Amino acid sequence: MAVAELEREQTTASEMTPAMARVAQVRKETYDTFTLALEPSNGEPFPGFTPGQFSMLYVFGNGELPISISGDPEDRARLLYTVRSVGKTTQALVSSRPGDAVGMRGPYGSHWPLKVARGKDVLIVAGGIGLAPLRPAIHYILRHRADYNRLVVLYGARSPRDLIFRKQLEDWGRLPDTQVLSTVDYGGLSWRGHVGVVTGLFRFVRLQPFHTVAMICGPEIMMRYVIWELEARGMPPGDLYLSLERNMKCGIGFCGHCQYGPNFICKDGPIFPYHEVRSWFGRYEL
Amino acid sequence: MTVENLANTLREHPFLQGFAANDIDKLAAMASEVRFGKGELIFREGDESSFFYLLLSGKVALETNTPGRILRIVTLGHGEELGWSSVTSSHRKQFQARSLEETQALAFDGVRLQHACEEDCRFGYTLMSAMLRVVAHRLQSTRLQLLDMYSPVSAKVG
Repeated sequence: MAVAELEREQTTASEMTPAMARVAQVRKETYDTFTLALEPSNGEPFPGFTPGQFSMLYVFGNGELPISISGDPEDRARLLYTVRSVGKTTQALVSSRPGDAVGMRGPYGSHWPLKVARGKDVLIVAGGIGLAPLRPAIHYILRHRADYNRLVVLYGARSPRDLIFRKQLEDWGRLPDTQVLSTVDYGGLSWRGHVGVVTGLFRFVRLQPFHTVAMICGPEIMMRYVIWELEARGMPPGDLYLSLERNMKCGIGFCGHCQYGPNFICKDGPIFPYHEVRSWFGRYEL
Repeated sequence: MTVENLANTLREHPFLQGFAANDIDKLAAMASEVRFGKGELIFREGDESSFFYLLLSGKVALETNTPGRILRIVTLGHGEELGWSSVTSSHRKQFQARSLEETQALAFDGVRLQHACEEDCRFGYTLMSAMLRVVAHRLQSTRLQLLDMYSPVSAKVG
């Protein structure tokens, strides 16, 4: 085997080999959603990540999952992952205890358009657990506040008890030039906020097409309606960015499980400008 | 509020975008300003009420009663409409409406609106088209809520 081929093979092997991390903390966000703080096992700081990227987390003896990073990108000592317990591997992950070992590959994937959005308004639209991959972008914008104009966060969830990062949402909403609105599909009498679909919140937003970049993450049906609503309000498709999700396995574009038209979600995404994926968006076959 | 002020307020309301000036004047002559206090029930489920409202400020919740609890279906606010069923033949309210904040609205008697539509079919077409947009929007929103799209179960079904 030629040296170049051998080196390539070694590179491949290392990309598929998880690094060791340790669980530092498990924080309960809701009844089924938890945020894990992971620290490096070797004491060296983690490589940096860009908001929107994900890692492949390996629960030993159980399986590997792609999980978006949900913490502050400037915190190199810990990486945060917000996980909803919906299957056996996520259940195992959220049942971890401080000190437990977790395998980690990445960070992988594309990122939110934070450079493109400089000097503009930023509209963040999130649904359910979709707020987690957007939180690093919000942290980044708030740390570099002078680089951006208005920040608007619209968040929809199933019910008040499904809202994640509630305290943080309230804190962000009190900041200058920042508008934060939450809505739920089902609300009881104790819920004082909005009830209805997330697109219903647009009536409270003064949107400036061509001066706004929208970052959207949530169930694909929700994103479809959000895009229609934004297009109806004059937003150009090139200013809409969304985070897509498919069945990722390798995380690096080798296995083809997450193929989406000509793209692999893991390698070319998960964040895409809408105009690049609109031909495939919402298709049953994909 | 004078009729002139009412007409100016109506012109600003999203429901009436695209209405001709004389149609707005006609509606202004039928409108009356109403205010609801925080927590006040505007109408109850099953009430016979023929009022249609254009909301100017505040927040209103549509709710339904089930044994032992009240479920909030949707909240409505500035620039939205309440009580569209008043302009249909049935005036029985399907849900109850509660004012969550101090709320200001313009009220129209649904029976008068229906008569105005019958007398002037062009006006009637314009008004009913706007009403249909409201109904379609509510139907679409309700469908999305029923999809329960944030639920991990709904993501896996099918």
